[in-house]
Amino acid sequence: MDVLTCLGIESTADNLGVGIASSDGRILANEITTHVPEEGGIHPREAARHHADVVGDTISRALATAGITSRDLDFIAFAQGPGLGPCLRTGATAARALSSYLKVPLVGVNHCVAHIEIGRLTEDAVDPLTLYVSGGNTIVTGYEAGRYRVFGETLDIAVGNCLDVFARAAELPYPGGPAVEELALKGEKLIPLPYVVKGMDLSYSGLLTAAMGELRKAEHSLEDICFSLQETAYGMLGEVTERALAHTGKGELLLTGGVGANKRLRSMISLIAEEHGAAAKFVPIRYATDNGAMIAWTGVVAYMSGVRTPVESSFIDSRWRLDEVEVPWRS
Amino acid sequence: MEELILIAKGAEADLLLDPDWNGVKALIKRRGEKRYRHPELDREIRRQRTIHEASIIHRAKGAGVPTPVIYQVDPDDATIVMEFVEGERVRDIVECLPGEERRRLFKVIGVMAGRLHRASIIHGDLTTSNIINTAEGPVFVDFGLGEVSSETEKRGVDLNLMHRMLTSTHFRHTEELFAAFEKGYRESLGEEAEEALERMEEISRRGRYIERE
Repeated sequence: MDVLTCLGIESTADNLGVGIASSDGRILANEITTHVPEEGGIHPREAARHHADVVGDTISRALATAGITSRDLDFIAFAQGPGLGPCLRTGATAARALSSYLKVPLVGVNHCVAHIEIGRLTEDAVDPLTLYVSGGNTIVTGYEAGRYRVFGETLDIAVGNCLDVFARAAELPYPGGPAVEELALKGEKLIPLPYVVKGMDLSYSGLLTAAMGELRKAEHSLEDICFSLQETAYGMLGEVTERALAHTGKGELLLTGGVGANKRLRSMISLIAEEHGAAAKFVPIRYATDNGAMIAWTGVVAYMSGVRTPVESSFIDSRWRLDEVEVPWRS
Repeated sequence: MEELILIAKGAEADLLLDPDWNGVKALIKRRGEKRYRHPELDREIRRQRTIHEASIIHRAKGAGVPTPVIYQVDPDDATIVMEFVEGERVRDIVECLPGEERRRLFKVIGVMAGRLHRASIIHGDLTTSNIINTAEGPVFVDFGLGEVSSETEKRGVDLNLMHRMLTSTHFRHTEELFAAFEKGYRESLGEEAEEALERMEEISRRGRYIERE
């Protein structure tokens, strides 16, 4: 069978990513352009405008890196959700245009599924329990009977969002997560902060409020607040992950998403995996952050198992849940 | 001293049987250390949860719901020593009970669930594995995920878990068992039962819990 080539567009939040993957499991390109807001967090409309401005160039760059032309593409994949509406629409519009211009099929991909699939590819994971942590998502998931089941998730804001907002309030440089991590290394005193695990789910809004309160009170050093914030936030993740690992008995534990770059979180995941006889696997940052390669690769596996998204049903779904997606390539 | 026997090893706690705890058979629930967590934070969490669980078990008794007798609570060791309830898990006997008895049991379970909710107690893991059938009737155990709340949403989640259990594990009798449960639940909770049951329906329709074919 011929090797097929897919171009994937990711645009769920502040990253506009274009990746190219082939059906023999190679990533040929992974170009990312990030929208950095002048102040505050991501403004969906501003980010969408940025994506619209750079999408053409980023596609050209990806094709050049892969050493192919648009005529070599067999189909186009795009992130159909979940994410910020205006951003998703920009990526979807570009994908539809490419697909109709090149007269090749379109494949809508779930962003969360893509994070798992690229990790399975790059880390050689067969059937992992996955902890996916980023600015927009906090999910513990594993495959079970046709779908990626959600064992635990945040009830309010994502863990990365909690860290980002805190970092901005503390006037730390962008991006917030690494800045908090660096300061936390110098902290040693544990300040009591709300540790909220409800069954298998987590809540970060109370932790954020309390950490901001500590910032205002200024009774403790910023290093100690960062340290306590990390210990609490990641301790919660560890607990839910461990429970899901014990429950499912899976042999691999995959950490992905931007927050997965954090060394403290990685050490917790290693410990948990070790205690349960599972292999800890960390997705490298270029594939763990929002990127186009994961969309392209997931487009490939979906396409190979017959998934197509006709233009008339290619509407974006900003609230498309991970556990609503059929994953026929796993059964 | 006789050896402690490990009965169950959970992600959260270990259950040990002490055949001779000061002359009685006792169940010891111990929340073990979590190496991945900061030691101070870990100690505090295990401490709080131990106290919390013991107090909920106690509160349930006050509401008229049989729960194990607590012999000793040691927050620093995150340990609860309690009565070893002799009987069989409802989960294991449902299929063997005659129809009439089966329905009677589930009506009583419904009454008890209503009493818990009436006393602002959420069980948190309301399944047939956590109810022991004894000579004196059902005893509710494992309040490890319990909380004090009278929110309709939380009551709905409790009910939804029981309903899912009846649908998945006890699928031969789902409808008659839930009907009996519902009858008892309505009896003890009164008007608020309707709201909780409606919420249960709504929760079961949400994407998270739904099994779309």
